[in-house]
Amino acid sequence: MTVIAAPIAKPASRFRFILDRRAVLGSVFIAPAILYVLLLVGLPFLLAVYYSVSAYTIYDPSWQFVGLANFEQIVQDPVFLQTLGNTFIFTFGSQLLGLILGKFGALLLLRPFPGRKFVRAVIILPWAVPIALATVAWQWMFDSLYSVINWTLIALGIVTRGDAPNWLGTPSLAMLSVIVVNAWRFFPFAIVIFLAGITAIPQDILDAATVDGAGFWRRNYQIIVPMILPIVAIGLIFGIVFTFTDLSIVFLMTMGGPVGATSVLGFKGFQVGILSGDVSHGAAISLFMLPVLFVVVVAMLRFIRRREI
Amino acid sequence: MPRALANALRETSFYVAVALFFLLAAFPFYWMLITSFKTNSDLYNVANIPFWFNDSPTLEHFRYLFEKTLFVRWLLNSLVIGVCVCAITLVTALPAGYSLARMTGRNGETLGIGIFLTYLVPPTLLFLPLSRVVADIGLQNSMWSLVVVYPTFTIPFCTWLLMGFFKALPVEIEEAAIVDGCSLFGAFIKMAIPLALPGILTVVIFTFTLTLQEFVYALTFISASDQKPITLGVATDLIRGDIFYWGEIMAGALIASIPVAIAYNLFLDRFISGITGGAVK
Repeated sequence: MTVIAAPIAKPASRFRFILDRRAVLGSVFIAPAILYVLLLVGLPFLLAVYYSVSAYTIYDPSWQFVGLANFEQIVQDPVFLQTLGNTFIFTFGSQLLGLILGKFGALLLLRPFPGRKFVRAVIILPWAVPIALATVAWQWMFDSLYSVINWTLIALGIVTRGDAPNWLGTPSLAMLSVIVVNAWRFFPFAIVIFLAGITAIPQDILDAATVDGAGFWRRNYQIIVPMILPIVAIGLIFGIVFTFTDLSIVFLMTMGGPVGATSVLGFKGFQVGILSGDVSHGAAISLFMLPVLFVVVVAMLRFIRRREI
Repeated sequence: MPRALANALRETSFYVAVALFFLLAAFPFYWMLITSFKTNSDLYNVANIPFWFNDSPTLEHFRYLFEKTLFVRWLLNSLVIGVCVCAITLVTALPAGYSLARMTGRNGETLGIGIFLTYLVPPTLLFLPLSRVVADIGLQNSMWSLVVVYPTFTIPFCTWLLMGFFKALPVEIEEAAIVDGCSLFGAFIKMAIPLALPGILTVVIFTFTLTLQEFVYALTFISASDQKPITLGVATDLIRGDIFYWGEIMAGALIASIPVAIAYNLFLDRFISGITGGAVK
C-alpha cells in the first residue's frame, strides 16, 4: 500500500474525507457498474429461471409454480429435440469451417505482399459489418429466382435452370446456407486471432529452434501451435457462445424453416416466448443454453488462470 | 530452371489464394453496391448478366429510401441510441475500470473477470424477462428501451478495456498529484482521465459499433416502425407483404455498413487485445 502524504492545509471540502480514502472511493467508483449489471443481467436471469418453472404466459400472467413440468413437455417434443440437434450442427459446423478458413487466411496474410493492408481491411468486413445487414445481402444472393450463385452455376453449365438448387427452401441446403453465412461472418475474426497469436511469438524462439535443426513442420506443430493455443481457445470460446445463442441469421434467412430444418435454440425461444407469447416455455427453451455456456465459461476461466501463472 | 518454375508456380498459387479470400469476403458487399444502383428491370431479369450494369445505373433506390421510407428516422434513432449508451457506459465504466486497475492484490483481477464474463451472457437468454422489465418501466415499443438495455453488454466490455488502459498508466503520476495537494478523486479526474484519452476514444467507438451491430434486443422490444434503429429497420421494414424491395434494402444496408466498417478497421487491434485480455504478452 502506498503511503499518501498529508495534504497541505487548504479550504477543506466537506466530501474530502470520502474522496481521500482509497477503499471507500474504490467501492464508490465500482458500484454503478456492478449495480447496473446486477439489476439488468442478474435479476432478469433469475426471472428467466422463475418463468421456466411457472405457468406464465402473456395472456395469463399468473405466477403459479409448476415445477419442472415445462421442461418435461419440451423434452418430449420431437421438434425441440430436432432444434437442439440443429443448434449443435449449426455451431460446430460453422466454427469448424470458420477456423479452417481463418488458419489459411492467417497464413496468407502473414507474408508481406504489396497491398496487404488493403486486403486485410477488406477481409475484416464480414466480421465488422452488422450481421443483420450482411445476412440480408446473403438472403438476396440465395434468392429462389434471382440467386447470383445459381446464375453462375447455370452459366458454367453445372446445373440447368430447371433443377437449380432452392438454397433456402430445401431442408439440407438451408442448413448448409446458414452455416456458410455464419462461417463467413466468423472467419475474419479467426484470421485476426491467429495473426495476433502468431505475431506475438518471439522471433528468437523460432530462430533458436531453427538453429537446433527444427524444420518447417516441427516449428509449426511443436512451437507455433502450442504457443497460440490459449489465444485461439479464447477466440473459439467467443465464437461458440455467440453462435450457439444466435438467432439473427436464422430469423432473417429461413425463419427456422423449411419445416424446422434450421430452427435453433435462440430462434425457438424467440418463436415460443415472444411470437406465441408462451413465456414460460420460451424461457425453459432458452435455459437449455446454460449447460453449454457454463462449460465454456469454465474453460475460459481456466485459460485466464493459466496465463497468470 | 525447374527451380525458377517452381518458384513462379508457388508465387502464382499464393496470389490466387489471396484473391479467392478477397473475393469471399468482399463479394456480398459488391453485391450490395451493384444491386443498390441497378434499375428494377435490370435486377429482375434472369437473362441479364448480374455482375455488372445492363441498364445505366440509377439513384432511384436511394431516392425512394430517403423520401418514401423512415430511413432517415432510423439513422437518427441509431445515432441517439449510440450517443446515450456511450454516455451511460462512460460514466459507469470509467470509474469502474480505474478502480479495478488500482485495486491491490488479486481482487481487482477477479472482480474484473467476473464483470467481463457477463458480456458473454447472451441476449437470447435474457430477452424474455427483459421485455417484461422494459414493459414495467413503461418503455415498451420505444427506442429508449434499447438505451436502458444496451449498457448491459457495453459496460462489461468497456470496463474490461479501460481496466487494461489504466493499468498501463504509471501510478506515480497520480501519487505526485496527491502529494501536491490533489484529492484522490481529483487525481482521477485531472490526471488519470486525460492520460487515458486514447482508451476512452476506443471505448466510444466500440460502444457505438456494438449498439449498431445489436439485433436481438431491438427485434424483441420494438415493433413500431418509427422507433427502430437502422439495422432492424433495414432488415425487417423494407418488406411489404411478401415483396422484398431488394434495391432499397441493399442501399440501406450499404449506407449503414460503411461507418462501422471504417471504425472497426481503425480500432481492430485494440478490440482484439481487449477480447483476448492479453492472453499473449
